[in-house]
Amino acid sequence: MRHLLKLGALALATGLAVPALAQEKLKVGFIYVGPVGDFGWSYQHDVGRKAIEAAFPGKVETSFIENVPEADSERAIEQLARTGHKLIFTTSFGYMEPTLKVAKKYPGVKFEHATGFKRDKNLATYSAKFHEGRYVIGKIAGKMTKSNVIGYVGSVPIPEVISGINAFYLGAKSVNPNVKIKIAWVNEWFNPGKEGDAAKALMDQGADIITQHTDSPAPLQQAAARGNFAFGQASDMSKFAEKNILTSIIDNWAPYYVERTRAVLEGKWQSQDVFDGIAKGKVVMGPYVNMPDDVKKLAMETEEGIRTGKIDPFTCPVVAQDGKTVECQGGTKLSDGQVVGMNYFVQGIEGTVPK
Amino acid sequence: MMEILPLVLATVLTAATPLLIAALGEHVTERAGVLNLGVEGMMIVGAASAFAVAVLADSSVLGIVAGALAGLLLAAVFGVLVIYLAANQVATGLAMTILGLGLSGLIGQNFVGRPRAPIPPIEFPVLKEIPVLGKVLFTGDPVFYLSLILIAVVSYGLRATRFGLLLRAAGENHGSAHALGLPVRRLRFVAVLFGGLLAGLAGAYLSLIYTRFWSPGMSAGRGWIALALVVFAAGHVWRLVLGAYLFGGITVAQLHAQAGAIGLPSQLLSALPYLMTIAVLLLLSISGRRGSGAAGSLGQPFVPER
Repeated sequence: MRHLLKLGALALATGLAVPALAQEKLKVGFIYVGPVGDFGWSYQHDVGRKAIEAAFPGKVETSFIENVPEADSERAIEQLARTGHKLIFTTSFGYMEPTLKVAKKYPGVKFEHATGFKRDKNLATYSAKFHEGRYVIGKIAGKMTKSNVIGYVGSVPIPEVISGINAFYLGAKSVNPNVKIKIAWVNEWFNPGKEGDAAKALMDQGADIITQHTDSPAPLQQAAARGNFAFGQASDMSKFAEKNILTSIIDNWAPYYVERTRAVLEGKWQSQDVFDGIAKGKVVMGPYVNMPDDVKKLAMETEEGIRTGKIDPFTCPVVAQDGKTVECQGGTKLSDGQVVGMNYFVQGIEGTVPK
Repeated sequence: MMEILPLVLATVLTAATPLLIAALGEHVTERAGVLNLGVEGMMIVGAASAFAVAVLADSSVLGIVAGALAGLLLAAVFGVLVIYLAANQVATGLAMTILGLGLSGLIGQNFVGRPRAPIPPIEFPVLKEIPVLGKVLFTGDPVFYLSLILIAVVSYGLRATRFGLLLRAAGENHGSAHALGLPVRRLRFVAVLFGGLLAGLAGAYLSLIYTRFWSPGMSAGRGWIALALVVFAAGHVWRLVLGAYLFGGITVAQLHAQAGAIGLPSQLLSALPYLMTIAVLLLLSISGRRGSGAAGSLGQPFVPER
């Protein structure tokens, strides 16, 4: 069955149907931007999908379409809606408009869009405060770097990635005032070869620590090949570089997916916007390894501080790259809305945000 | 600058090698008059098979051989369809790419997330001491050296061997070739198999050397770039080699430009290799003497009259 679905996913370009099966069960569908085997972003969403199946045996049926290009996603989403799926998760920022469009056409179907900000009666949004994890690894990187240059492999310049870079830099800067970061944008979420080349280019230019916001383990692997340290992205990637990984930021969607499926089963589902992170367990830090005890202690304290709310990566004042202080809309810190819509670098980062 | 140059050049070579290998194969296929749009599919099946066999047999050499053979097998299916059954080459090629992408996911299913140790480079003593280029050219991976041999084989083979001439005759005008008594379909089939073999080898390079893991979709369009390089080459192997290294070079150079924060939009920089390809094609066609340089019977099915 799984293979069939995979082939179905492939045939999405031609608009072939995912076969419809039993009527009784709640059908939950997922759209992934990459392959489930990317061992990163899409892989973790698929872990969440499997958690739904495990949590409601016999009551739900899940299916997914992988490798769905953002520009061509409307057909794939509609495909799921038309084949009886009553709860559909679309798991990439670029699916925002297509999801909104399909949601209007199928008012009886519940939609959930990850990392977006457009909602409707039957369209909820959810995201995770990945920047909290990036603040923690920023502190580790700031402590561990010897060259004071850190390489950042960027994917696509959307607010989630920008706020991640800012949080990372603020974390690094807070423990190492001389730290610099260099950014190389791949302009794709998943292209292992190019991600690896970007990491190499950054290291050629003096970076001795690599971090990434792309989906494959290639940058980590290239860092390890040169004996440098790096971080895992989205899932625990330690087996790709056991001696060179410092920790991973793990996306843990499973509890949220189970909770929302339960809401539909019990008829309590409502449109909402959820944005939480380390405190709710949606962002989980991998084991802290290959670092001295004091750095490990600092990392754990930072993580704990974020969990309890004592520490926030964007504690005011936050100064933007142009030298202006950002208006503090969240009391002592930037508001969630300001973080979700972040489109500027903070002061100290070189280079400009690609428009 | 001088100390990073060898590192940059080494990155360029590894980025260009899979493109070069796949493009050499497709070049031969097209010289024989067959357009194979399934390169991407054959490449990714090669990548998956190479990784799977390398893990199961714990041998990178066997993995590379398996990757190349997997590309050849898929090419054999393609060849039977378009040569012996005279199916439409464009449609069949596209189908091969879609099939290959799906098949590779199936083959690699149990190998996702498995790491693999690097293949040790081949080092030439003495020669590797040459400043800058020594380290780049004489401490490469085995398949890089194989790609250099392949350049020579393809270039010489097509130009100066009897078999190469026959192959080109079959591609240039299949009617005349047939009238002369040449086995047009058999010649084309061999060319298609060779193209598949090299596409599979390029795939093996991706999963065992370039990035050492298997992941579905990891070819990320490199098969299509190889096809574009063949157009770019307009029938000349030297142009194909130049194109592959130019493309790899610009791709890596733009990453460096970004890391150096030169302030140009990264999207523009990412598009640069493609823009350059278009620009060079434009220049070639303006100054060109003989049109596209493609084989005369390219893409036309040949059905011998009885």
